[in-house]
Amino acid sequence: MLKGRGGGFLFQLIALLLAFGFVSLILLSVNASPVDAYKNMFTGSFGSMRKFAEVLVAFVPLLLVTAGLLVTFSSGLWNIGVEGQVVLGAIATTWVFRYFLESSLHPAVIITLAILGGMIGGAIWASFTGLLKVFGGVNEIFGGLGLNFVSTALTIYLIFGPWKRPGVASMSGTVPFPAEFSLSQLAELRISPWALGIALVGIVIVYFILQGTYFGLRLKAVGKNFRAAYLLGIPTWQYSMYSFLICGALAGAAGAMQVAAVYHRLIPSISSGYGYLGLMVAMLINYKAVFAIPVALFFAALNIGSIQLPILMKLDSSLSGVLQGVLVLFVLLAEGARQKFSKKA
Amino acid sequence: MRKNISRLAIIALALMLALSACGGAAPATEKPVATEAPVVTEAPVATEAPVATEAPVAEPFVFGMLLVGPYNDNGWSQAHYEAGLYLEEKLGAKMVYLDKVNPADRPGTTPDQLAEELVAQGAKLVIFNSDDMKDASTIFAKAHPDVFVIMASGDQVWPDGKTFEELPNLTNIMGRMEYGKMMAGCAAALTTATGKIGYLGPLINDETRRLAASAYLGAKHCWETAGNDPAALQFKVTWIGFWFHIPGFTTDPVDVSKDFYTTGYDVVISGIDNPVNLGEAQKLTAEGTPSFGVAYDYVAACDAAPDVCIGVPYFNWGPEYLKAISSAADGSWSSQFIWVGPDWADINNPDTSTVGFVNGPALSEEDAAAVDAFVAELAGGLNLWSGPINLQDGTAYLADGEVASDQQVWYLPQLLEGMEGLSASE
Repeated sequence: MLKGRGGGFLFQLIALLLAFGFVSLILLSVNASPVDAYKNMFTGSFGSMRKFAEVLVAFVPLLLVTAGLLVTFSSGLWNIGVEGQVVLGAIATTWVFRYFLESSLHPAVIITLAILGGMIGGAIWASFTGLLKVFGGVNEIFGGLGLNFVSTALTIYLIFGPWKRPGVASMSGTVPFPAEFSLSQLAELRISPWALGIALVGIVIVYFILQGTYFGLRLKAVGKNFRAAYLLGIPTWQYSMYSFLICGALAGAAGAMQVAAVYHRLIPSISSGYGYLGLMVAMLINYKAVFAIPVALFFAALNIGSIQLPILMKLDSSLSGVLQGVLVLFVLLAEGARQKFSKKA
Repeated sequence: MRKNISRLAIIALALMLALSACGGAAPATEKPVATEAPVVTEAPVATEAPVATEAPVAEPFVFGMLLVGPYNDNGWSQAHYEAGLYLEEKLGAKMVYLDKVNPADRPGTTPDQLAEELVAQGAKLVIFNSDDMKDASTIFAKAHPDVFVIMASGDQVWPDGKTFEELPNLTNIMGRMEYGKMMAGCAAALTTATGKIGYLGPLINDETRRLAASAYLGAKHCWETAGNDPAALQFKVTWIGFWFHIPGFTTDPVDVSKDFYTTGYDVVISGIDNPVNLGEAQKLTAEGTPSFGVAYDYVAACDAAPDVCIGVPYFNWGPEYLKAISSAADGSWSSQFIWVGPDWADINNPDTSTVGFVNGPALSEEDAAAVDAFVAELAGGLNLWSGPINLQDGTAYLADGEVASDQQVWYLPQLLEGMEGLSASE
């Protein structure tokens, strides 16, 4: 057992080096210095408190999405629809804010309701994928992907239609909400400690559900062997639905954070791709909750740090996306190789 | 087998590490700017130093620029970028810029956040180049009273504007592109054989309505002056939803152009940030349907497809940016709303004219002369924003003989009577 783990670590380290090596080759092919690129990305994300705060802003929704995906992955579901669940969380949050725009309720109450609304919105959207899977026999990958497109269409419809700015039809989004609808931020920094707290609570809850509860054990049983779990008396389809609802609620919370703490309005690309990025994080950590925080932080840092590339080196920021993707690929490859070797050994 | 794979992996790994190590040493010298800018140490100086007092020192004035599209988009953003190069040349200033500043290209970021990245590189003035960044520019200006802000195309600090707000460190700059669009419309009306002109619109707001309407006014004027039947002119606007194409979010402007050209609209005027209509015009022309296009924003935009380009109304941001940045550097800055027209002495003077128009290679000699004559008329005081003009729904906009005020033009509430297309969102 110990040997296996050590071997796994070695393989992952190799994967990491291969990923960086691969991206270095890309950089060299455009005559850019990999060392400078990595250095600029590092200082661009951890070089100052302000930059680190920006990393945390990206970290919050990413961690929430990852937390949710750990649940669906545990029950053996590929919830690619998580992207749309983030979007619906944002839409529902926007809806609640709009509903209380003229209200005399305390802003804290309204923000709380808006976040809860976002979680419910995400959960409902996730339940569609779940229902399609459980009762319609539609694979959750196809159902989720389809619903992602629908969620984008819905956002655009709302922004250009019922929620448009007066006299305007633009991708720029809805009218920004008044300042009191924002989750309070630290002085001079853009990060909201509330948002950070919510994200950390989210991952801790998921960790305990999966590690310490009978419910989590059953989820994993369903994930490992659906048929066997059924035969053992676990209400399997219900558990699939539960995991969709939990993931949807967490993704919806991520969408709520995007509205209440980052953009303060609904914009067409409100999810910022965190759903898909979260899928990569979840795959990279091999669905182990303990690694969610460091890896999500690393991915968020890559996103924010890569902004330096076009400013300082005239390189495209999408390099961070390449690195993230390549990293996942190599880690999966390494895992495959490890399993092959350990079987033979 | 197993040995071979692991050996291969080790070799590959070693190779990559070696290569990246070499790379660290060698090309570093090629990018002196990138390596020499110490990010962390420079930041506090930039944000804390009061600009006006520090400026007279010999070191170059650093200004930042946020571009909504790619710096080489052959349109709106490129015109800004080249103005930045103009400033570097004229002032000895230094530009730091970031392009593709929009939520689709830079997910999870906001323009005010990205502006701070430019300030961290030493920028004492930041140019926000898009209407899409208007709210963010206000947020940024308030959060950083010690940094100067130019918000292009906005109206926040226009005392007569609808959204006036006192922001001492912010200036709005916009060219009176209404004139440029009139010239574009004129060239289109003279060129069209079918009497059908398409207008490739971006999103719908005050600016885009008044510019589309200006193109229509210019087209109508030249169409009728040339002795054509007023009723035979068709002018249709189709909006894509943003300043340029964002796959999955906007309508594809290439498809819109194609729809125009294949349904008898033989001239399409671009109102978006780049001239993608020209590519379709080329294709259709090659297939036997003579098609033409008017580009937009950038002086050299016709170069993309000279054989179908009949002209380009463009912005020349250099002169006004030069004034604003000089005033920021020498301490004479004041918050202003600047909306300036062409320099009628020479609309294509790069040092004086904020708006210009270049006849395209595809414009016939005769039509070019007519456009030039129209420009001369405008220079002589011809104002097409004169009544009677009705709005699209038939309500009176300007009575007979009434001339539109700046407010009436800027905040044009609808398209004009005679234009097809949406005035606002459905």
